[in-house]
Amino acid sequence: MTMIFGVPLAVFMGQLLLGLINGAFYALLSLGLAVIFGLLKIVNFAHGAQYMLGAFVALLGSRYLGLDYWLALLLVPLVVGGFGMLIERLLLRRIAHLDHLYGLLLTFGLALIFEGALINLFGVSGASYPIPEALQGGVNLGFMFLPIYRGWVLVAALAVCLFTWFMIERTRLGAYLRAGTENPALMQAFGVNVPLLITLTYGFGVALAAFAGVLAAPLYPVSPTMGSSLLIVVFAVVVIGGMGSILGAVLTGLAMGLIEGLTKVYYPEAANTVIFLVMILVLLLRPAGLFGKEA
Amino acid sequence: MDTTQTLSPTRQRQRRAQWRRQALTLALLAVGLVAPFVAYPVFLMKVLCFALFACAFNLLLGYAGLLSFGHAAFLATGGYVTGYLLASYPGLTPELGILTGTAAAVALGALFGVLSIRRQGIYFAMVTLALAQLMFFVFVQSPFTGGEDGLHGVPRGELFGLISLNSNLAMYYFVFAVFLIGFAIIQRAVHSPFGQVLKAIRENEPRAVSLGYNVDAYKLLAFVLSAGLAGLAGSTKTLVFQLASLTDAHWHMSGEVILMTLLGGVGTLFGPLVGAGLVVSLQHLLAQSPLGNWVSVILGLIFVVCVLSFRSGIVGEILKSYRKNFK
Repeated sequence: MTMIFGVPLAVFMGQLLLGLINGAFYALLSLGLAVIFGLLKIVNFAHGAQYMLGAFVALLGSRYLGLDYWLALLLVPLVVGGFGMLIERLLLRRIAHLDHLYGLLLTFGLALIFEGALINLFGVSGASYPIPEALQGGVNLGFMFLPIYRGWVLVAALAVCLFTWFMIERTRLGAYLRAGTENPALMQAFGVNVPLLITLTYGFGVALAAFAGVLAAPLYPVSPTMGSSLLIVVFAVVVIGGMGSILGAVLTGLAMGLIEGLTKVYYPEAANTVIFLVMILVLLLRPAGLFGKEA
Repeated sequence: MDTTQTLSPTRQRQRRAQWRRQALTLALLAVGLVAPFVAYPVFLMKVLCFALFACAFNLLLGYAGLLSFGHAAFLATGGYVTGYLLASYPGLTPELGILTGTAAAVALGALFGVLSIRRQGIYFAMVTLALAQLMFFVFVQSPFTGGEDGLHGVPRGELFGLISLNSNLAMYYFVFAVFLIGFAIIQRAVHSPFGQVLKAIRENEPRAVSLGYNVDAYKLLAFVLSAGLAGLAGSTKTLVFQLASLTDAHWHMSGEVILMTLLGGVGTLFGPLVGAGLVVSLQHLLAQSPLGNWVSVILGLIFVVCVLSFRSGIVGEILKSYRKNFK
């Protein structure tokens, strides 16, 4: 059997794949955070809870309404994203003129509410969501065994990241968004409905989180606390990459997932902490972040 | 004594403010001394520990304008170090245990401070949160913390080798003294030139830089001071409850201290005390009611309400209406 630094190739590749999939989730979530941060200038602490809500709505939909996975993948982001727009319209807008730290605190409170309420209703242990029939099983690639669902998650996450990049960098709406990020007051003077743009942007960011949640539902136990611990890692990823560039957020997310996977192979004790250690290193060497352009 | 007449109006106002503060402090002292005969001492000690924790946090947020989302790390570090030392070395007196725990929190604060002040605003909050999570995993995996079980049966011992702290009344007065020392340090720091510079940095950092202040050094000092006092609160809390657990290191705890400060009044001296008292009482009351499982939802709701329409906090609102009506 081929060995890589004393580890069988299949194990090595397997962990690398797991890392890459985690990385895809980091990428999707930090992308959503970056999109929201760009226009609203707030860090959405409820992002983890909204990811969790995505998984939960999919689970409950399949349990009580017979909602199938593919439909959930389409509908759940719309539902949770719409809920996000409501939050923006009713709550975040009232404090938009204040120090942006208040946005962080408000969304933190929301995260506590969502998480706490779902723990009371469903407990912490978590439920499993079946892998859709079409994506069950796996293929043998010769050097490793690839479960089809994991391959699909990777492809779907990257496709959505690419789609987001295209939307923001290559379409008219995206141009408005970028202009709004630079100077919202001027945009408004030009007759663009900036408040609507802000609502849509927040809704889109939340929908990205919910989409990640649906993707994650068949992979991880669906539990109320699945979002919060993930979100803190994503914060570290955001500090490492900076929130200035979309491509930067995606690349940093994937790279951190890979590093985590590699650590799991060679020094499993540090797998939980390695991303935070990378963050410390980046703070020391490049305080503005790898892709950041902070003054 | 006609000195007041020669003083400028500003100076007179400062004098009056100082007197008010002293009167309030005296009242607080009196209330603190009789309190254990009116209320359950263990509950009061819990309030005092969290009040010190919140005051330490408020020093950073209220006066330097730095929102730390990772203060649980310092609370837990103080608690674990003190708990481990007192449980493993029976000869050690409690005050030495507390001092060592505090020193450990100061060291950690210096380390985290150097790292986190390299970024500002929202990034500062995220960096502190991530660093605290790193510490959480360290505590989970280190052998000395007892992992998921935590440390139990930490002996309270004898203060200075003389006074047994096993009675709750003696323990209470010790905790009260610790709180007063911490509170005095904060009050002194806030009203010193150092505190004034911190406020200047909070209001306008580039301006403070252009005035020639070494802003990073001031921020770091404030961070270390705040971390050390948070550690002192954690050490004392371990001694009171004779245990140290992962609850103190969890990010929920970092959120709770923010809520206490926000609810009581950010940037006011007595606000964190009021906030801590309210939050601890609320948790205490809810734990006995059928709503016991909804604590985190209710705390989240209070968070949202505070941010939306009660940003000055209780003490802040009182000060505002006082100024409006009496000036």
